[in-house]
Amino acid sequence: MCSGRVDLEFILKAFLNGEDGVLVGGCQLGECNYTTQGNFDALSTVRICKKIMEHIGLNPERLRIQFMSSSDGALLAETTDDFTREIKALGPLGKAEGLDLEALKLKLEAVRKLVPYIKLVERERLRVPVKSAEEYDKFFDSDDTNRLIDELINEKLSISEMMLLLNESPLSTGEISKILDLEPSEVAKHISDSSKQGLIKYDENGKCYVLA
Amino acid sequence: MEGQEGNFTVTLKKKPRYIIEDKCTGCGTCVEYCPVEYPDPFNQDISENKAVHVYFSQAIPLVSYIDQESCLYLKEDKCDICRGVCQADAIDFNQTTEKVDINVGAIILSCGIEPFDPSINGEYGYGKLQNVVTSMDYERLLSSTGPYEGQVLRASDKKHPEKIAWIQCVGSRRVTEGENSYCSGVCCTYTQKQVILTKDHYADTECTIFHNDIRSFGKDFERYFQRAEQLPGVQFIRSYVSIDRENPENKNVVIRYSTFDDGVKEEEFDMVVLSVGLNAPAEFREVADTFGIELNAHGFNKEIHDNPLGTNRPGIFVSGAFQGPTDIPESVFSASGAGAQCGELLDYRRGKLARERIYPPERDVSGEEPRIGVFVCHCGANISSVVNVPSAVEYALSLPNVVYAQEQLFSCATNSAQEITDLAREKGLNRVIIAACSPRTLEPLFRDTLREAGLNQYYCEMANIREHCSWVHAKQKDEATQKAKDIIRMSVARTSHLEPLQEFDLPVDKTALIVGGGIAGMTCALSIANQGHEVQLLEKDKDLGGMARRIPTTLEGMDVQTYLADLIRKVYKNPLIHISHEAEITNVSGYVGNFITTVKTEGLVKEIKHGVTVIATGADVYQPDEYLYGENDQVLTHLELGEQIAKGEERIVNAESLVMIQCVGCRNEDRNYCSRVCCSHAIKNALKLKKINPEMSISILFRDMRTYGLREDYYREAAEKDIKFIRYEPEDKPVVEAVQSGGKSVLRVSVPDPVLGKRLELDVDIISLAAAVVPSSTTNDIAGLFKVTLSPDGFFKEAHVKLKPVEFAADGVYLCGAAHYPKHIQETINQAYGAAGRALTLLSHETVTASGSVCEVKEDDCISCGACITACTYEAIEFVETAKGRKARVNPVLCKGDGLCNAKCPTNAIVLKHFTNEELMSQIDAAVVKEKIIQQIDAAV
Repeated sequence: MCSGRVDLEFILKAFLNGEDGVLVGGCQLGECNYTTQGNFDALSTVRICKKIMEHIGLNPERLRIQFMSSSDGALLAETTDDFTREIKALGPLGKAEGLDLEALKLKLEAVRKLVPYIKLVERERLRVPVKSAEEYDKFFDSDDTNRLIDELINEKLSISEMMLLLNESPLSTGEISKILDLEPSEVAKHISDSSKQGLIKYDENGKCYVLA
Repeated sequence: MEGQEGNFTVTLKKKPRYIIEDKCTGCGTCVEYCPVEYPDPFNQDISENKAVHVYFSQAIPLVSYIDQESCLYLKEDKCDICRGVCQADAIDFNQTTEKVDINVGAIILSCGIEPFDPSINGEYGYGKLQNVVTSMDYERLLSSTGPYEGQVLRASDKKHPEKIAWIQCVGSRRVTEGENSYCSGVCCTYTQKQVILTKDHYADTECTIFHNDIRSFGKDFERYFQRAEQLPGVQFIRSYVSIDRENPENKNVVIRYSTFDDGVKEEEFDMVVLSVGLNAPAEFREVADTFGIELNAHGFNKEIHDNPLGTNRPGIFVSGAFQGPTDIPESVFSASGAGAQCGELLDYRRGKLARERIYPPERDVSGEEPRIGVFVCHCGANISSVVNVPSAVEYALSLPNVVYAQEQLFSCATNSAQEITDLAREKGLNRVIIAACSPRTLEPLFRDTLREAGLNQYYCEMANIREHCSWVHAKQKDEATQKAKDIIRMSVARTSHLEPLQEFDLPVDKTALIVGGGIAGMTCALSIANQGHEVQLLEKDKDLGGMARRIPTTLEGMDVQTYLADLIRKVYKNPLIHISHEAEITNVSGYVGNFITTVKTEGLVKEIKHGVTVIATGADVYQPDEYLYGENDQVLTHLELGEQIAKGEERIVNAESLVMIQCVGCRNEDRNYCSRVCCSHAIKNALKLKKINPEMSISILFRDMRTYGLREDYYREAAEKDIKFIRYEPEDKPVVEAVQSGGKSVLRVSVPDPVLGKRLELDVDIISLAAAVVPSSTTNDIAGLFKVTLSPDGFFKEAHVKLKPVEFAADGVYLCGAAHYPKHIQETINQAYGAAGRALTLLSHETVTASGSVCEVKEDDCISCGACITACTYEAIEFVETAKGRKARVNPVLCKGDGLCNAKCPTNAIVLKHFTNEELMSQIDAAVVKEKIIQQIDAAV
């Protein structure tokens, strides 16, 4: 099994379980003993996940990837120590970020629901053609990529969260906007989009929205 | 040694290790307690090790040895602490030197090299100046298992050097007494590697390399050199240097050197690395005497031109650096080649000593609830001195599905493995967890243990509580015990989800298909046929022979045409080799062991079934469009020049003057590689011409002379014979024009001379161009047909430069000759035997076993998006039409189990068995104790 096997969902699951940090380990970049170089895929997954964490208000430093070879025992120990120190300094997941834990859980669940979609987006739009650490940095640090992730993923995320909320109980636009901390106009847009897709409907009696 | 090929008796003297190998588990307790420290030879005596220790961390077998010179007991009968602490009773001070007779059919001498010792002539202050180290010392300093665990520290003050110089060609390319006249061939590139690693370690280090020619002649070496050269703070300076002194205050080393622009300069460096060459160890003489083989003047095996792997004694072969200075990939494929030659000799005995293991029938446990047994290993004191093992056992028993748990002193000991087998039967276990060490070494053993108990081997799981726990938390015993429990809990969670998997055997078609009938293809074909297998040899031309037909001799004087004629004759005479001329492959299907290739040959269409494929399609020559080539018949390529010399062409051999221009069509933007053979080719032609016509004026315009290895002697000979060598820079190439001078048509070559600082003009009769070696025109088609990949330069790409130099990532497909990269004839022969050796490891078996841990598609969930197909570099997944539409399907034979596809599949339809989402998710969930989650939730509310 290669580090590229690490699924975005695994990382999310760990955070959902309340882990304060996740460290992904892989072989040194460019030193794959096979032809796959799957550690670059792991790098992509981690970079995308960090963007999403940022978006939902989690400190992206809670996720780290370290590349090391089997003889780099000292590096592994050093990395683990350093990461542990850093995570301890950050404090408990969510709390340190000033997030309401239930809201955070909702957000993480919403991301988890989106994993299939994120995988499709990754394949279509977020693949770096050249396998080098510099190119990956350049790509994921670029404004274009950030915009793309905002447009393609983050918007869907709000809808996903909204759906999860409505799954619990019917809510009005105002309530949704309050829980998700979104502008009412944004919520209205998501509601209109989702209604058109037949995902939700307006319940005349309760004066609120429910799942279709 | 006595006897002859097929039946040698070799008497070995086996020095005592003072450790009983069968008993030692490599736990390292003895090392910890041993009171004696002495300089560690593996770390170049820079740091210390104990009198008892494992030689180095990857040693095989991974057992200790006791140093006779420093052990107190062996010296003075004083201490035997190790014997007291060894719980495996593996220490035996009574061992003595043993004489062992072994009977063998063939012998391979692969005695390696040793680094040149620069303290002998003391030229660069090695051994006197503290901060002068050899490249071997530096290699250890860089290593994470080195003297300072990967920190580069200088000897004088144990500080990181911020400014380091490398000096190239130390002990090589020199005729002084005690040094080597040849080029060691590896130092340019290993220095570049050290520079890159240094910059990785400490980005701000200034690195200066003082060099002669940069000899980046290997595959991808040119790009590697550029990578090193382009790093910030790295300078390559072409200069001889001397070291006279150090700065007494800071112990910095002062280097004196000179450049064309600045003249003589002195500069201080924090550390100086001597890039030492490769020596033939003095013991080669003894080895040669014992085995009755001849050595050359440099102390390496005396080469037999048509078989560089052979010696003058039948049945005795050489591999690696016993042939002469060699890098790792060549050592690896020459080793495989020597194996193939032994195979030819001993094929009649193949399999005679093999014994088949018989396992009890596998019990079907699919209907049972998981019944897990957990065995927690003390590993002597390695685990138990930190982790509270009884408490871990007790904890394991409290976990779901665990029906049995116990501790063991060494789970890997034979009696413990037997105990696991017995208990699995007795307690009706259907899954077993060994909480011990890393699965890297011992998982195969424990899987075997399960098979012995009648359980599927994939029901075995290892919880690593040694490397991941006791070894790193020696000072935090309580926390380590808690962590060991966590690891065991996660393993239990995963193990409950494990499924029995079947490895399956595929039949192997015993025929080899070889694509290409040059020296590489024919040599490989003969070796495979001599080991009893049918060979289908495809040649795209009318005749066999390939590029070698155009090469009269080698630099070393081998008569290539006579050799080639003989080789072709042997190939035609061999009843097992079937040749298709004018062959073109139109289709390839199948996979390892079972390929079907369709070939058009001389008007026929043949369908060939074969188990392996060897690609030996050779290379082509670049057709220059520079230097008036093709316009003026006085301009030739080296290949054409060689042919015309052989024919005794008047206008060539009687020419008054000739210029050779090197690096035509490569080492440029179009072809960013070195063609490797051209420098030697130029020297060969020049020496030939000088022999025929000593008056001829010959100049060679070069960028770096790359007469690596023993070829350096011919370069020196050429310089001594008044052949002029003029270096040019690629930015300022030679210019050639046709002019009339003295009443005849001459070619005027002008080139800047950096030594004289002016432009030289040479009027010559003939110009010969070192035209690049380029990938064969068929390369792309062949690559597509066999689903193999190409390197950036368009040559075939091996699966791994060092680990699998003649194999492709696609199983059952092998590679040799210039199709891999330009190479000399001897190197081609080495590699062709190497490919034959690898092919035989497959052909000699009736079946090939495919792993059980491969991917499978749940077709109902597949949305045929193709994400898995693009993720797979092995082309193991294809779309198939099913009743439910187009679905992805995995060919388990091609799947390598990396699982990349799993992480890409949007619907989790593709599953890597043994590492399924359920298995991994359960581990992630079990990482947190349930109560802890509840506490957190409570705290949040």
